[in-house]
Amino acid sequence: MVMKRIIPCLDVKNGRVVKGVQFLNLKDSGDPVELATRYDAEGADELVFLDITAGIEHRDTAVRMVEAVAKAVFIPFTVGGGIRQAEDADAMLLAGCDKVGVNSAAVRRPELLTEMANRFGRQCVVLAVDVRRTNTGYRVVVDAGRTETPWTLEDWLDEAQRRGAGEVLLTSMDQDGSNAGYDLESLRIATARLRIPLIASGGFGEARHALEAFRAGADAALVASALHTGGLTVRRLKEQLANAGVEVRPC
Amino acid sequence: MIGILDYGCGNLRSLENALAFLGLESCRVATPEAIGEMDRLIQPGVGHFGHAMTQLRSRNLEASVKAFAASGRPLLGICLGMQLIFEGSDEAPEVPGLALLPGRFEPFTDPALKVPHMGWSAVDFGDRQGTAYFVHTYFLPAWDEAVPSQMLGLAQYGRPLVAAFRSGNLAGCQFHPEKSGSWGLELLKELVTW
Repeated sequence: MVMKRIIPCLDVKNGRVVKGVQFLNLKDSGDPVELATRYDAEGADELVFLDITAGIEHRDTAVRMVEAVAKAVFIPFTVGGGIRQAEDADAMLLAGCDKVGVNSAAVRRPELLTEMANRFGRQCVVLAVDVRRTNTGYRVVVDAGRTETPWTLEDWLDEAQRRGAGEVLLTSMDQDGSNAGYDLESLRIATARLRIPLIASGGFGEARHALEAFRAGADAALVASALHTGGLTVRRLKEQLANAGVEVRPC
Repeated sequence: MIGILDYGCGNLRSLENALAFLGLESCRVATPEAIGEMDRLIQPGVGHFGHAMTQLRSRNLEASVKAFAASGRPLLGICLGMQLIFEGSDEAPEVPGLALLPGRFEPFTDPALKVPHMGWSAVDFGDRQGTAYFVHTYFLPAWDEAVPSQMLGLAQYGRPLVAAFRSGNLAGCQFHPEKSGSWGLELLKELVTW
């Protein structure tokens, strides 16, 4: 069978990891290659780089970072942020990443998912979906949560899966940054509709949260701040999950 | 020199990076002449079985790959590149593969399984175990017992599947050794240095 995955997520700006990742014995705590190597050695199953660089420099700096990471790290990694067209995705994949994440651009123009799937294979296409809880269910939001869209979670997942998304990275904007656990209800809704893998995102604080997400149907758990600040390691997290009966890749 | 077959089916970068990391020299080969000069050949591949075979044929590479294999030099197929070594796949029933080994690939049909089989799965080699990163929609359900093998790794995804093998000078990995962490790099090294 396929094992549950633990995926550290790194925010990158101008080719540097931001948001204060703290590891002991790192020469340079903002170097994506050094951090990626460290997480790989700890037993991370995959990595996600979210590029938040703004402006025209964006693609060139992202490409250089992807090239450097791909020479040093031999687990799959995804790059997202600022992907607007298939050419952007092509540049990242050629530089050596395995999957490309799209979010707002796919909401604005869902054909992008089909274009990417046809050109690169749907396994390369990670659809990032940000949702917010409302009185009438989960609503898809874009622009880091600032803009509400007409899409309900259910309808957008149906549409995106039909269009060519190969994997869904579902982030709860309500839980994001809380360290209080993933939004399990949205994960259950997504699980009921998806035949493609689901990555839980937003709210991880401790091993129990990943366990809950897996029980709600997630195939993978995205982990950010709880790892970066040094309180928890991937190895320790996977040991705890294995002890709880979850099948994870041995570190 | 290790040649990486460049026939327009997949990104070769990860494989080149992995070989370089292992300290092994490689180059891309895209012509019958270049294939003939190699000591070893790696046939990568991502995408559709029928499209990949069509690319091999339209670039006049099929005969060269077959001749390379017949010469006894080592040929390693990875992912779709492994599938092409066999007779065919339900993905393109009318398109024959290289048919260097017997066997046909089938799709996963269990509705409870997510498709493709994507992620990390255990591989059982009998005498050792590993964990490998897979991304594939078609699989080889069993190794033909009439064909001797020096190494055979099986994985489970709903049903058993052939994950890796070496049979004489032919070897294959259904998974991506170049993306399977340090274990995968060790296996890749083994498969290109035996």
